[in-house]
Amino acid sequence: MTDFGFTLSRSSALDLTKADTRLYERLCSLSPDARTCMGCGSCSATCTAGPYNGMSLRKVILGLQRGQDVRPMLKGCMLCGKCTMVCPRGINTRQLILNLCRIYD
Amino acid sequence: MIERFSSGFHPFVLPFLAGMIFVLGYCVYGIVRILFQLSGEDRKKFLVSLVTPKTFVKNIRDIFCDCLLHVKLWKRNRLLGYMHSSIAFGWFMIILLGHIEVMLFLPERIHLFYYPIFFNFFVAEADSTIQGSLLFFLMDFFLLVILSGIGLAMVKRVRSRLFGMRRTPRPSLLNQIGLYSLWAIFPLRLLAESFTAHISGGSFLTIPANWVFRQFLGNDLNMLPTWWAYSIALGVFMSVLPFTRYMHIPAEMMLIPMRNAGLKVRNARKGFARVQVYACPNCGVCIDACPMSVDKANLKDCTVYLTRQLRRGNERRIAEISDKCLLCGKCEAVCQVGVEGPKLRVLNRAERKYAVKADYSDIPTGTLAGAAEGGKVLYYSGCMSQLVPSIGRSMESLFRKAGVDFCWMDRDGGVCCGRPMLTAGRLEEAREIVRKNTEIILQSGADTMVVSCPICYKMFTEEYSLPGIRVVHYVHYMEELLEQGRLVPRRGDLCYVYHDPCELGRGCGIYEEPRRLLGRLSSIAEAEKNRAESVCCGGSLGSLSLSFAKREKITRAALDNLYTSKADAIATACPLCTATFARYADRPVRDLAEIVDLYTDGKLKPDTI
Repeated sequence: MTDFGFTLSRSSALDLTKADTRLYERLCSLSPDARTCMGCGSCSATCTAGPYNGMSLRKVILGLQRGQDVRPMLKGCMLCGKCTMVCPRGINTRQLILNLCRIYD
Repeated sequence: MIERFSSGFHPFVLPFLAGMIFVLGYCVYGIVRILFQLSGEDRKKFLVSLVTPKTFVKNIRDIFCDCLLHVKLWKRNRLLGYMHSSIAFGWFMIILLGHIEVMLFLPERIHLFYYPIFFNFFVAEADSTIQGSLLFFLMDFFLLVILSGIGLAMVKRVRSRLFGMRRTPRPSLLNQIGLYSLWAIFPLRLLAESFTAHISGGSFLTIPANWVFRQFLGNDLNMLPTWWAYSIALGVFMSVLPFTRYMHIPAEMMLIPMRNAGLKVRNARKGFARVQVYACPNCGVCIDACPMSVDKANLKDCTVYLTRQLRRGNERRIAEISDKCLLCGKCEAVCQVGVEGPKLRVLNRAERKYAVKADYSDIPTGTLAGAAEGGKVLYYSGCMSQLVPSIGRSMESLFRKAGVDFCWMDRDGGVCCGRPMLTAGRLEEAREIVRKNTEIILQSGADTMVVSCPICYKMFTEEYSLPGIRVVHYVHYMEELLEQGRLVPRRGDLCYVYHDPCELGRGCGIYEEPRRLLGRLSSIAEAEKNRAESVCCGGSLGSLSLSFAKREKITRAALDNLYTSKADAIATACPLCTATFARYADRPVRDLAEIVDLYTDGKLKPDTI
């Protein structure tokens, strides 16, 4: 193939009808406030673990809604609780993370 | 004194004897079981402490003061102190005097369990027993003391507010049986001894009662039924004792030597934890003390209910109670027995299994290598301080003013100290964080580390091992700077009320230093509940399940406690308390670092420039 100096990136379109959201639903039954997340990203902005392994609670919740594997992000969480303090929706984020760590299989 | 029955036995003692043998057997079994549950090292430590003269004397003194005289309770509430010590000490004295009587008059009967208890039934007075009159007087005196205590207990059951307790735990059915049989024992003893007083002798209580009874009953037929009833009440009390709160009587006698031996709770359910659970007398002091009790929905989540559910093995409720707690430690501070509620909760949280294990291998440890060498001070502000940036800014300004060469470890974000992970019960993960931080700090080459967050400070002093590094809380450090004259105080005109953060006060025992520091800079006022009784701000990371909305009530109650004094502003020494209070407070909330920065000038000494 001729090298034109650029490539086409693969489509990042998601087929949400095929996404496996069972884990998200299970999480919502344990931490109902997960549904109130509006994805503002305050949690990610303050996250202690973020700079080290890319942890972002906003992305975790989004990933679950899309049926993606969020374990690599979750592993970095130190439960420091800053995300709880800044969440404008008052989501108990620490409990949400702990619940998620428990139900993953 | 002569014996009425040559056999020295009567069938009415059987209920008492059965109860006594049962309870003794249960306690021996329990002690053996708990000893086996302890780790080998702890067991050895405990057994050695029992025969060490120093701890032996301390054990005896503590058991006498705490279990019988209730000295701690007296200091807290005289009425409750009298009520409990009258029953405990009075009962002890009656048993002791009973044994002395038997030893003096019928030493050949001392091996019979029941003889000292039912002495007055088995003997008849003879001319030679006048020396018994003192003993009889003491017996009646202590019986009267106990009866006054029982009377108070009855009043307290109906109106606990008269005793300074707003809420008391609701007793379960078995506890009620235990309670009513305990109440019945002493009036029945008075009746029984009164009916036999003309035969066995008595004193100021039993002889007049005997005279009154004989005026209208006139025969001895009532004698035996009352002694039966007395024995049955004792038998019922002792046979339900292992299943009621009265188990605290034997359990506390085990708890005190274990604590004096320096044992720590290691397992959520076994060994020392088990002893603590049984030693909880269900008095309910922790209900009023608990900051969560401002909300009625949380009334059944304080330590007294935790120990109850742990005894019942109700896993759902144990998890719920363990998760909700703010871990402020107030229940432990007010507990008369020394039940470590927060520790028990953390260990119960630690029982839980998580499918996703943490992995901190992405965190680099060489970021600060050599950064604090040459006597620089390493400053760690902690995660929460990043939400209250004024603390870090003030510390920075203070260091500059005082001419201190420093290195801010987590200015642009750093690793958490690990305490939130620890209190969430994920002990292995917390240890991993501790390992990471230890490496970073040791590589920095610092010899002094200043910590401005009490949560981190507690963690650094308790869980870290940093050889050659002095970990100082910023209150101590700022005080040193003032004393060395590197900071010059200027008096401010505001009056501050100081709020003791849980982790600094009850957690690290630092109460006076912040007040001393604040006192140099401005006038201070005291909140209604302060020091060890201080009310949690409600923002605590200890709680896993309390939602943001439910914390508001707790915060407002804590603020009300601070508003009672005539203070213009609130001072505290914790970023979490500052952030939480600032949300709802009607007056400024400032951290100590801000206040010190506000009211001091730098005065650089020539040699440090």
